[in-house]
Amino acid sequence: MSGATILVRPLTPVPESGNYLTAGRTIWSWLTSTDHKRIAILYAISITVFFFIGAAAIAVIRFELLTPTGQYISDDTYNKLFTLHGVVMVWFFLIPSIPNTFGNFLLPLMIGAPDVAFPRLNLFSWYLNIAGGLFTLYAVIAGGVDTGWTFYTPFSTMFSNSHVLAAAAGVFVAGFSSIATGVNFIATIHMLRTEGMSWMRLPLFVWSLYATSLVLILATPVLAVTLLLIVAERWLGLPIFDPAHGGDPLLFQHLFWFYSHPAVYIMILPAMGVVTEVITCFARRRVFGYDFMVYALVAIAGIGFFVWGHHMFVSGQSPYASLVFSFLSFVVAVPSAIKVFNWTATLYRGSVSFEAPMLYALGFIGLFAIGGSTGLFLASIPVDIQVHDTYFVIAHFHYIMVGGSVSAFFAALHYWWPKITGKLYDEAWARFAAILMFFGFNFTFFPQFVLGYLGNPRRYHVYPPQFQVFHVMSSTGASVLAAAYLLPPIYLIWSMRWGRAAGDNPWGATGLEWRTSSPPPLHNFLNPPKVEQQPYAYHPEGRGPVPGSRTPYRTQDQPS
Amino acid sequence: MDALDFFPEAASTQATSTDFILFVLIGFTGIVVLSVLSLLVIFSIRFRRHSAVRRDDPPEWMKRDLEIGWSSAGLFLALFLAWWTSATELSALIAPKNALEIHVVAKQWMWKVQHQNGAREINVLHVPVDEPVRLIMTSQDVIHSFFVPEFRVKQDVLPGRDSRTWFQATKTGTFHLFCTQLCGTEHARMTGEVVVMSGPDFAHWLTSQPVSDDLTREGEALFRSLGCSGCHDAASRVQAPALAGFFGSEVRLANGTSVTGSDELLRDIVLHPREHSVAGYPSVMPSYAGIVGDEELLRISRYIHSLSPSPEGKQP
Ligand code: HEC
Ligand SMILES: [Cu+2]
Ligand SMILES: [Cu+2]
Repeated sequence: MSGATILVRPLTPVPESGNYLTAGRTIWSWLTSTDHKRIAILYAISITVFFFIGAAAIAVIRFELLTPTGQYISDDTYNKLFTLHGVVMVWFFLIPSIPNTFGNFLLPLMIGAPDVAFPRLNLFSWYLNIAGGLFTLYAVIAGGVDTGWTFYTPFSTMFSNSHVLAAAAGVFVAGFSSIATGVNFIATIHMLRTEGMSWMRLPLFVWSLYATSLVLILATPVLAVTLLLIVAERWLGLPIFDPAHGGDPLLFQHLFWFYSHPAVYIMILPAMGVVTEVITCFARRRVFGYDFMVYALVAIAGIGFFVWGHHMFVSGQSPYASLVFSFLSFVVAVPSAIKVFNWTATLYRGSVSFEAPMLYALGFIGLFAIGGSTGLFLASIPVDIQVHDTYFVIAHFHYIMVGGSVSAFFAALHYWWPKITGKLYDEAWARFAAILMFFGFNFTFFPQFVLGYLGNPRRYHVYPPQFQVFHVMSSTGASVLAAAYLLPPIYLIWSMRWGRAAGDNPWGATGLEWRTSSPPPLHNFLNPPKVEQQPYAYHPEGRGPVPGSRTPYRTQDQPS
Repeated sequence: MDALDFFPEAASTQATSTDFILFVLIGFTGIVVLSVLSLLVIFSIRFRRHSAVRRDDPPEWMKRDLEIGWSSAGLFLALFLAWWTSATELSALIAPKNALEIHVVAKQWMWKVQHQNGAREINVLHVPVDEPVRLIMTSQDVIHSFFVPEFRVKQDVLPGRDSRTWFQATKTGTFHLFCTQLCGTEHARMTGEVVVMSGPDFAHWLTSQPVSDDLTREGEALFRSLGCSGCHDAASRVQAPALAGFFGSEVRLANGTSVTGSDELLRDIVLHPREHSVAGYPSVMPSYAGIVGDEELLRISRYIHSLSPSPEGKQP
């Protein structure tokens, strides 16, 4: 008898009291809820709003860049729009995106806990994030900020006439939200793992959240300090970065990138965790090289702290420092490459199906591979000298952060949507959106690699006419991409009303989160589950998956 | 509009070596990425849900060997690339000794260039072909960045310090100059051009440039700040010669010799006034050796020139 035919009885019958969604129906009940699942929804709503604000800013820019002369908006407006796009997308969308929505929702479920370790801190962190967002929006409404999301001194402290302090305050406050989340996740993973959930049995998404949280709590305080120094110089006039009084503008860049390079890993590590869960589920295969996947996550988080100087090869830092940073930047690419190899190997002898989450995950691998490998170009000093601060860099980090993180966000959204809402969305529309997003993305950003090596600097309102054709391609692609982003909100919301009931485990996955009802009850599990084995027992050890079957061989709480 | 370009012209020695590294990187990463992504597609199709293929587990040792194999292969590839690109970078780090030195001052939102003979230009940089050029750059306000794509040269320009870079152009022509560090409202308009000329053309161009008045004004400021005016101004109580008409006139020195006023003499007097004391005056002028360099002398000289009533040195 094949193990795949064993029927899995849900651990938790749908309770009489209903689920977390019906536990309170007033707005007030949402705004004061300490339930991790409800806080996840609060985050989902706020980051969606910020995402569309950031997207609107860039839509104007891509429209303006159709022509080389910059005819519709002023230079200052242009500078303020890309600053808005960067600040909002980095701190109010990307950094909280996967950890604070799916991380919040799933972490307790995946480790069999009733909630996170500090539920009230969790709610507080959302309010901090909103407070930060409001400061930033105030800065925009009051007239905008024109320093770029990087706030380089002495421009930001002594020359810019825009609302730098309000924006810096916003990011500062949002930083504490990050730190609170990081502390909360680490405490949760240490303290609240259910019986039998040993470290090497943790789902890789949980490991990725653990690595992310380490980066959050070690790097974000440096950002906070850096922003305080900006305030000290701009507001109080203390000469910290001003060379005329013995300050050093490069000090700012060192501090800023000491945070902001690891911040890239805050955005990509959870994405890697999501993709691992999705790939293994839709390949019906155990994750290839689980141990190496864990080591790679931790290695990326660790080495990621020592490569910040690759943002400063042309800044005037010591050329010998540049050599060391270049070397380490090549090294940090290795664990990422290992992960890509392992995802690919997980498909080998699997039973692969192509539902929407899988399409997003496969798209992620392709785009992340391109984004990651172009990172090697930036790690090599001579090539970086040419492409630094050009569209090449823009293309590179959008491949990682949009092609990577945002694709993974959509993979997660489609994979766990049935769990979160209890409803199934329309599969055909979802697949169409995934494919449209993949092509729209490449169409938008691939031309920018060429444009960058040709020498078009970033943050340029006007540009020489021979670059126009690439900008037109990019803008056309961006409109395709925009259409692709507008589809999921429509069919997902539609599914909430008219979608079919999902059932507890529509994908036949093995994790504990699928062993409770959809949507889960208020405290996740009526009886705490007991973990009996490693997380991805999609098929018996030694034998492969049964083709066509959706039933997991063993869920994590079943003895092998 | 020009023909569609997918690749920038290579117009300097650095450009050629940078492009070579780029192609090697494209080669290596291209092979790795393409093979992994092809495997991804092949596995997806071959092991799709309903296909009838073998699916049992590969043996455990194979899994481990594969993992260790590609991890170490990846690491070695990374180490090799890091070593190789760094080696190339190191060899190009320092400009040749004989490089032509040109000063660049960046400010919101223009590039000011000053050649060694004092010739100045704004948003244009003339250089000779096939000759190493060293740029010594500083900023008067925020951070800017000097970027010439066809040369594959970029260097941030910071306030309060000298930033250096160098290049050797290999083609004559006109190339884009961009500021690549966000520096405020007109960041995108802080552009210019680099004009590469043949050696003789450049020499001719250089000598035919009017020497600008800014130098004179800076010279005047130095003349004051260094204290020269305290003795040499007409109103001064110290008995010192007036300097108008110094250039070209006969100067009788205290040691009996007679010399003509020139840049050489000015330099000798300013740096070693004892040895070149002028006859008929108390020898009280202090030595400026170690205080006044060539740059300053150049400007002071221009200022003294401007004091004389001759037509070429008229002060506006
Ligand atoms: C303390 C007063 C004093 C100061 C300060 C001073 N000089 Fe003089 N300078 C003299 C005197 C006195 C002479 C004539 C006697 C001598 O040469 O020693 C002289 C001679 C000269 C001469 C020769 C003039 C001629 O007609 O032959 C030049 C040129 C000159 N100084 C330039 C300068 C410059 C440039 C500075 C500032 C960097 C300067 N001096 C600062 C007192 C001064
Ligand atoms: Cu970085
Ligand atoms: Cu500039």
